[in-house]
Amino acid sequence: MTLINAILQGIFLGAFYAVLACGLSIMFGVMRIINLAHGDLAVLGAYITFVIVDHTGVSAFIAFLVALPVMIVLGYVLQLTVLERSLKAGILTPLLATFGLSIVIQNLLQLTFSPDVRSLGGSAGAITTSSWLVTNGLSVSALGLVMLVVALIVFGSLQLFLSRTRAGWVMRATAEDPDAAELVGIDSRSVYARATAIAVAIAALGGLFLGIRSVFDPQSGPTQLIFAFEAVVIGGMGSLWGTLLGGIALGVAQTLGAQVHPQFAVMAGHLLFLTVLIVRFGGGRVVLRTAR
Amino acid sequence: MTLLEVDGLDCRYGLLQAVRGVSLAIGQGETVALIGANGAGKTTLMRAIAGAHRPHGGRVVFDGADITRAPAHRRVSLGIALVPEGRRLFPGLTVEENLRVAAPPRRRGRWNVQSVLEVFPLLQPRRHMVAANLSGGEQQAVAIGRALMSNPRVLLLDEVSLGLAPVVVDAVYRSLADVIKEGATVLLVEQDLTRALKVAGRVVCMLEGRVVLEGEASSLDRDRVVNAYFGLRRPA
Amino acid sequence: MKVQRWTRTSKLFMGGAGALAILLASVPLVFDPDLVQKLTTLLILVLLAAMWNALAGYGGLVSVGQQAFIGIGAYGTVFFAGQGVSPYVAMVLATLVAGVVSVPISLFALRLRAAQFAIGMWVIAEVISIIVRLDQNLGAGTGISLIQLNQYAPNFRQAYTFWLALAFTVIFLAALYFLLRSPLGTSLQAIRDDEDAARSLGVRVAARKRLLFVLAGFGCGAAGVLVVANTLFIEPGSVFSVQWSAYMIFMVLVGGLGTFEGPILGAILLFAIQTTFTQGGPWYLVGLGATAALFALVLPRGLWGTVEERLGLRLMPVGYRVVEAKRDDRAA
Repeated sequence: MTLINAILQGIFLGAFYAVLACGLSIMFGVMRIINLAHGDLAVLGAYITFVIVDHTGVSAFIAFLVALPVMIVLGYVLQLTVLERSLKAGILTPLLATFGLSIVIQNLLQLTFSPDVRSLGGSAGAITTSSWLVTNGLSVSALGLVMLVVALIVFGSLQLFLSRTRAGWVMRATAEDPDAAELVGIDSRSVYARATAIAVAIAALGGLFLGIRSVFDPQSGPTQLIFAFEAVVIGGMGSLWGTLLGGIALGVAQTLGAQVHPQFAVMAGHLLFLTVLIVRFGGGRVVLRTAR
Repeated sequence: MTLLEVDGLDCRYGLLQAVRGVSLAIGQGETVALIGANGAGKTTLMRAIAGAHRPHGGRVVFDGADITRAPAHRRVSLGIALVPEGRRLFPGLTVEENLRVAAPPRRRGRWNVQSVLEVFPLLQPRRHMVAANLSGGEQQAVAIGRALMSNPRVLLLDEVSLGLAPVVVDAVYRSLADVIKEGATVLLVEQDLTRALKVAGRVVCMLEGRVVLEGEASSLDRDRVVNAYFGLRRPA
Repeated sequence: MKVQRWTRTSKLFMGGAGALAILLASVPLVFDPDLVQKLTTLLILVLLAAMWNALAGYGGLVSVGQQAFIGIGAYGTVFFAGQGVSPYVAMVLATLVAGVVSVPISLFALRLRAAQFAIGMWVIAEVISIIVRLDQNLGAGTGISLIQLNQYAPNFRQAYTFWLALAFTVIFLAALYFLLRSPLGTSLQAIRDDEDAARSLGVRVAARKRLLFVLAGFGCGAAGVLVVANTLFIEPGSVFSVQWSAYMIFMVLVGGLGTFEGPILGAILLFAIQTTFTQGGPWYLVGLGATAALFALVLPRGLWGTVEERLGLRLMPVGYRVVEAKRDDRAA
């Protein structure tokens, strides 16, 4: 039973990783950029939500709704200032620029908020702690269920947006061929800005879940980035639903790893990630090369 | 009445000069054929007019306004549409999505998905087919239809016959003739001299980035055109 | 037109550099251990910058995980010293281990594209960090000291460490220098400019990149060795920290990506900033990050690269220069 329970918990954890990874996947899919500051943006969202909770005492979810427009604007600004220039420059530039940005965000957060850990669990109400015992040994946490449902809604909505709306087609067209898109009247700049705004907003949602299910501090960003990236890679880069599945796979790997040894959880995820990389990119060809 | 004007245009790729001091004027309702060998600068000129290539010098004037600085997507909303060389459809989108994506809300007019499909009936059964799975001729039809969706005042066509069987090219040109009949202003690049002389009212020949010959299609001697095309009997 | 390697300036400079190396060797004999320790830190930075530049500037490989090798070098030293090996021998051994470990890692890491390579290396660093943390003999999560160095008096210890640092820096810079001057160097330039074109000309792209990767593995391992020799105490959180990558990126971007002299300049700058702002904390890191990002966007050639381009100045003869013959070329 514990095995099935572990898998179930892994699915819930995976839903969290999927939400965290969603924005990263969007930015890669549309602009071919890996935003190394993605994790820090999620943490920034958590801090903004925290500030609102701290000052007004509302529930974390309400506070998030207020933080959301702030993050959306931030996403637009980020695109128009930093990312747009990186796009034109070269392949290395976005990585380097977003890495620098990551350092800046982490340390500005540290200066503003001190290195103490924070949590949003307290202000999220009963959701944080309640759970149901489905059968003997199988428990479903309210938070886990919420994260899973929200993840499905987010991914589902994105899918509908991309396949059924003109704005979604425009985004796909720009992703496939920005030059041709310009020639048919699409302003690629504003499409990119929209994509980044969506990505950052969903990252903030990931930050909310991070804050509720656990704690965060200014240095939490890189860890979230690694999990998000692992989820994207495991599921297949450039595939939206792949990211959801990748997140869940990562979550399950971690919870199963925890069954082996509590310290092994994160490592199990890393090993899954590296294995996927080796299988997809290494494999037989590597062996043949070294045999020469 | 001059609709589109190019004045002393100079386009470069790094150190390579592709278009040298080209001046050209196209009147409302005219059909002008731009001919020349590969590398003459025709595609670069088309892209510069459409806004996809930033010129090094010179101006592009549309309907009296200097649009040299305007980005490509802005020129589409002003009424310039380019059917790019190589079609450049969005491979993951369906025929209908390719068309709908190219219809800016502010340019309603004669052309919409329905009317485009009427001009290119071969596309009707393929409406929901993903563009990557279309044949060359079908892709060309979609590419032209896509440019039409913005109800352009000037239609730029770059090598629509490229890579297509002659039979297919005939079909494409027949549909194009319908479009031209309705009074569109067209600038087209065409490698096939015969076709170019047949469909255009005026012919402009380019060689190594410059205009070397220009005149009414009907009054131009074919030999003169061939000489200009290949640069024969040029002053040393 | 002529093709030149050595210019007068570069001849002067190379002579000067040789003299400088000899001069530096005498540092521990003249200055007190504190200053020697600081200069050792500078040499570590120079080494790291040169290695990261070898990867990114000459190989086009952006790695955010070189701290993996720094950690292997540092913990390898502690491990071997704990086995009874004489400390400075342990250091050389640990450097070798770091370099050797980079070979199997390269077999699959180099098949990854840009972003996957960057973060893939980071994950590898994390994995190694977790493995190290599990070992009680290596101090687990709390850290460990290289107590075996206590057998030396502080003056001597600092001197030996400095000379080792100087030796490593000279060796790795020389290795890079000769690499770049060889036909390998030109092919690296070609790879960086257009990989597919280079491959079509028969350049063995993969082998070249592997060479750079392994060199950087050795070099960063050497740096890790020097870190533990210089500071005596290490813990996984700091020695495997991604902050090392941040420093390397800053030094190379600001100094000049893809130039030989640039990273050295960047290292000197970072060293100057570090010693001035020791109390800085987060503000100084904000500055570093913002500056690195700014350079990436606005001044991608870095300080040295821009100077080099504007003035045509080149101190080290690692490239070719086409010298114009004085003739007017007006043919169409």
